[in-house]
Amino acid sequence: METWLPLFFAGAMGLALLIYVILDGYDLGIGLLLPLASDSEKDLMIASIGPFWDANETWIVLGIGILLIAFPQAHGEILTAMYIPVTLMLMGLVLRGIAFDFRAKAVSDKKDMWNLIFSVGSLITACSQGWMLGTYITGLAETGLSWLFSILIALTLPALYVLLGAAWLLIKTEGELFDKAMRWAARAILPMGVALLLVSIATPLVSQTIADKWFSYPNGLMLLPIPVLSTLTYGWMMFLLYRQHALREGREWLLFAGLIVLCLLAALGLAYSILPDIIIGQMTIWESAASTPSLLFTFWGTAIVLPAILGYTFFVYRIFRGKTSELTYE
Amino acid sequence: MIEFDPYLLARAQFAANISFHILFPSITIGLGWILLFFRLRYTYTGDQHWENAYHFWVKIFALSFAIGVVSGITMSFQFGTNWPGFMERAGNIAGPLLGYEVLTAFFMEATFLGVMLFGKSRVSNRMHVIACALVAVGTTLSAFWILSLNSWMQTPTGYTMIDGVFHVESWLAVIFNPSFPYRLAHMMIASMLTATFLVMGISAWRMKRKVDGPATAKIFRAMVATAMVLAPLQVLVGDLHGLNTLEHQPAKVAAMEGIWETQRGAPLTLFGFPDEETSSTRFAIEIPRAASYILTHDLDGEILGLNEFAGEHPPVAPVFWAFRVMVGMGVLMIVVAWWAGWVLFKQRRSPGPALLTATSVMTFSGWVAVLAGWYVTEIGRQPWIVYGMLNTADLVADHSSGVMLGTFMGYIALYIFVMISYIATLRYMATKPAASLLALRQLGGYEANQQRQEA
Repeated sequence: METWLPLFFAGAMGLALLIYVILDGYDLGIGLLLPLASDSEKDLMIASIGPFWDANETWIVLGIGILLIAFPQAHGEILTAMYIPVTLMLMGLVLRGIAFDFRAKAVSDKKDMWNLIFSVGSLITACSQGWMLGTYITGLAETGLSWLFSILIALTLPALYVLLGAAWLLIKTEGELFDKAMRWAARAILPMGVALLLVSIATPLVSQTIADKWFSYPNGLMLLPIPVLSTLTYGWMMFLLYRQHALREGREWLLFAGLIVLCLLAALGLAYSILPDIIIGQMTIWESAASTPSLLFTFWGTAIVLPAILGYTFFVYRIFRGKTSELTYE
Repeated sequence: MIEFDPYLLARAQFAANISFHILFPSITIGLGWILLFFRLRYTYTGDQHWENAYHFWVKIFALSFAIGVVSGITMSFQFGTNWPGFMERAGNIAGPLLGYEVLTAFFMEATFLGVMLFGKSRVSNRMHVIACALVAVGTTLSAFWILSLNSWMQTPTGYTMIDGVFHVESWLAVIFNPSFPYRLAHMMIASMLTATFLVMGISAWRMKRKVDGPATAKIFRAMVATAMVLAPLQVLVGDLHGLNTLEHQPAKVAAMEGIWETQRGAPLTLFGFPDEETSSTRFAIEIPRAASYILTHDLDGEILGLNEFAGEHPPVAPVFWAFRVMVGMGVLMIVVAWWAGWVLFKQRRSPGPALLTATSVMTFSGWVAVLAGWYVTEIGRQPWIVYGMLNTADLVADHSSGVMLGTFMGYIALYIFVMISYIATLRYMATKPAASLLALRQLGGYEANQQRQEA
């Protein structure tokens, strides 16, 4: 067995899921923030994600797809263990996705209903994704402690999404909605920080494997940059929201950039905690990998197509750059 | 309380999801090309009516696409949640095929859909046409990979088995397995017909209610012409597909035709009630020797009966019935398409109320035929998940029947809600007077237009 192939696919899967969390994270965040906005602001908020959400959502299909392609032995076990949160998430995604399209086409007195369904769908999706992440980090365990941990993450992830949504609105809107987004971000950042801290403390408590990896010498020392940089990034984002002038004077993308850095650091920490296992404490990526010819076949496709996907994604983001105006099919 | 078998529940749940899902891709695969046609007609003729037609239908496309995407995501997860054994055993083959679908098709359609729907004022007309074309190509590529995998499950080739796990020997043999070209052609035409009859049906409905603009008559004509060619072509392709099935999956054909015993000069059963208990078809109406003639092109050709496959053939009644529904719908489509063609192109009249009613009744005929066709091929593959190699029952996930029943009910409720909303929205959009008509009405020309239409 080629040793690098499973590693490559583990990396690709992690990258796809990280991109998903950031990109669909802001879509879901918009869904969570929607009830706080006025009717015309609602239209604008939805318009700001209109051209993107469909493609954003595709990244989770790629992430799960790689799990299925590269690690078929783990795919079934992981998804079976997460049956209930996965089912809830799928229903949430269905509700969110259809509400997006129905609200624009329905009779106007039904619009409130679709707005509500959009928000509820986003909330269900966000919480069940947190639940799934919690189940995964505890190595698919089913103890009281692991449940508690999963619930903790289920409540944390929506906070991150709210912040991503607000940061996206800073980039895409102006005027009154921009001010509102600023307030939403300022209010969300503290709960998100506390939740993130709690998760960081709880993770080594629920998993002995992870605790051993982090609190040993010299590994612990080499890993120090991750928590230090995370703290610095977080502090910097607090500062941005407190002083506001950088965000108000042409660099409104800074908060979103800070969140990307934070997500990247979290992903690196998580990758270190998990690898080389695919199911913590049970199965390594090599044990669960598909056969080498199958992996090679997909590798070449991925190596050729993934840059193209990133290329045209960038191209489409460029087409729709700048502040959002109302959404039309014209 | 009744105890439900988790295996049956897993199958019912998967069947419900896949049945719901396929309805929407079968619209968008065809409609994507139809929309591209509208855009190209406008680009080359400058005729504003094609542009109006595009603006009306792109909204329905967006709606159908969104439902197709979200129900498709459900599918990708359910392989793992409901059939974990399938990926463990066939993952080396199914994984890459599904992966290539996501990589080459799914991202492309989803990304350029954004440009297609919302980018019209931000990019040149040429770039917008390219975006429409990429979306159409993407949906078709999607069908290519998914049907390749499905066909491989029906007629597996190009593999070796090591310790109960499939390993690939030749990717070409896997992808272009024996039933793939036929199934791909059959499904592509089915999608085109589904979209064609949808556009034709809703256009007829709008013409009948006089809420249409001048564009509607144009697209109605174009769709009638398309249906006149595609509906008979589908019979030909379906026949070839059937001969291919006879060669590779004779048990399926025996169930489709209700042939219980191997025989020469087998009759064609038009109608009847298959009964597995007695291995006979009650109240059968038969045409002597016709089945042998259709399947072997010889009146005395031998056809293998279900008796050859004891314990390994699919349940007969659902396959037998689904096949008749599909063929019946196909025949109706030909009749309506040629009737409309005769009125429009031979008599050169505008369509009368009877024809408009008939076409609008046929709006969702494609859905019926597609579902029935998939039931024939999928139920017809049972008891296998990979024909002749893997048993469906061996691969099921081990959830309690309570959990399965609960989620099953949840999905059903969700799908009923989505379906009602979808049909209601189509109805609402189809009832709204065309924008061009409203403009006329404001100019006081509406009454004149009404009189023109009545005349």
